[in-house]
Amino acid sequence: MTEVRLETQGLSRHFGALVAVQGIDFKLAAGARHALIGPNGAGKTTFINLLTGVLPPTHGRVLLGGRDITSTAQAGRVKLGIARTFQINRLFRGLSVLENVCIAVTERAGAAGSMFYPAGRRGDLIAEAMELLRTLKLADAARHRVSELPYGRQRLVELAIAIALKPEVLLLDEPAAGVPSAESHIILDAIERLPEHIAVLIIEHDMDVVFRFAKRITVMVSGAVFAEGTPREIEANPQVREVYLGQAAQGAFHG
Amino acid sequence: MRRHRLRWWEALPWIAGIVFYFAFPDYLGFGCELLVTILFALSLDLALGYAGIITLGHAAFFGAGAYTVGMLASYNIWTEPITGLLLAALVAGAIGFLSGIVLLRTRGLTLLMLTLCIMALLEQAANMGAAYTGGFDGLPSLPIAPLFGVFDFSALYADTQYLFALAVLFVCFLFVRILVYSPFGQSLTGIRENVSRMHAIGSPVRRRLIVCYTISAALAGVAGGLLAQTTAYVNLAVLGLDRAATVLIVLILGGYGRLYGAFIGAVIYLALEHFLAQVYPTAWQLGLGLMLVVIALFARNGILGLAETLWRRYENRRGPS
Repeated sequence: MTEVRLETQGLSRHFGALVAVQGIDFKLAAGARHALIGPNGAGKTTFINLLTGVLPPTHGRVLLGGRDITSTAQAGRVKLGIARTFQINRLFRGLSVLENVCIAVTERAGAAGSMFYPAGRRGDLIAEAMELLRTLKLADAARHRVSELPYGRQRLVELAIAIALKPEVLLLDEPAAGVPSAESHIILDAIERLPEHIAVLIIEHDMDVVFRFAKRITVMVSGAVFAEGTPREIEANPQVREVYLGQAAQGAFHG
Repeated sequence: MRRHRLRWWEALPWIAGIVFYFAFPDYLGFGCELLVTILFALSLDLALGYAGIITLGHAAFFGAGAYTVGMLASYNIWTEPITGLLLAALVAGAIGFLSGIVLLRTRGLTLLMLTLCIMALLEQAANMGAAYTGGFDGLPSLPIAPLFGVFDFSALYADTQYLFALAVLFVCFLFVRILVYSPFGQSLTGIRENVSRMHAIGSPVRRRLIVCYTISAALAGVAGGLLAQTTAYVNLAVLGLDRAATVLIVLILGGYGRLYGAFIGAVIYLALEHFLAQVYPTAWQLGLGLMLVVIALFARNGILGLAETLWRRYENRRGPS
């Protein structure tokens, strides 16, 4: 087994009487392509929020490369290499695509606090942002305002902002959610072309995507890990079919 | 990304400012008021327009600056105008920094109410400390030392005051312009556009906001100090809700988050106030109110925003060149 990048030990989160995430022990290997699946309300997004430090856990620990980061704030975890995307776009809607990515690149480069030269003079940072847009086939839209793009391409910008942070761990919360199926292949292609060393955890409902992308799958049900294994193991697990997928399983697991 | 480059029309306000000096020597007092209002609105634009800090209490800093200059001059402790403004910036900036540490943990309505509270606290302090601040009557006939030891602040002509105010506005404007186009300014825009995403890309959001709020407060303090110097008078009106609301109206009228909105808004507001009030002394605010309703309905980005939209439409019609 390869080196573990991100790990949780007994991670729990309660909201009053509701236990959203319960005692999760989870390991994300370096360079992993790992999918997190489960029915709505299983606690997947809460789990991501615990990993990124948006929410503090009620119990348990989060470790990055063996180092305890449970009490590290969100911004600090980003600096340590954890980036995420959101299920619903969180973009700088009034700004251009290039500016959206530049804000992220500038922040990562540690230049975002500089006050006394124009942002437009950092040609290196702008070139880096343009290069990233090129790899995501967004270069032609660089000058367009984000809110003017079709939703599928806005999803790509959502992804671009996270990639611009050069993360070691990338958490993707339903990257193709809301994208018409005719366009979703753009997102999937982009995800498949991510640098190999990045450990990727993807929450996804579309089983075609999960089985095409993931080398390892974790199934969450009611806030707890229900099953974990390779796609083949998960596919063959009768309980997973029964509990999570129900009747839809026949169609979804055609192999 | 090239918006930081200077364009030819950016010289216009300054040319107009100098032309005004020669063309309307009898109106230089009015001119000073205009320049002070522009500077005050510009300071608000940095906090509200760029960083999206919702505030109704910006007059707190204007007043702090005005009273700093006023009290130092009134008791003959410090009357030199340039360093006086620096002290005003320092005091107002310090109040902005300290209140910002507390305020900027909150957002929206809570933030709005807290900014009001800070202003009310200062206003009451100025009111109750009447022995030092002159209370309701204020501090009249402030002695201001000649500029560079040569140019007197004449109460009759206000010519020195006007040129001094124009120079101060120019320097402050350059500073704000450099700031908003810098990477720091870019990250403020990011915070305004989507604060949760800024957290998610690792931005120290609260620190940025506090820095921005402090700078904005210091500039408002300079504007207040300038008012005290150019009118040789300070009273409680410098830090009331009236003034805070007026500067907000000026900025919304002109267009926030676009640097020159402060200029356009101040010119239109003061022109309306000055000339409409002469014709309709009791009803001029009705006209202003109607204008604000129209702007809120049809030109959310103010007069400057409307002009930008029309210009873009005109360029599109002309076809791509």
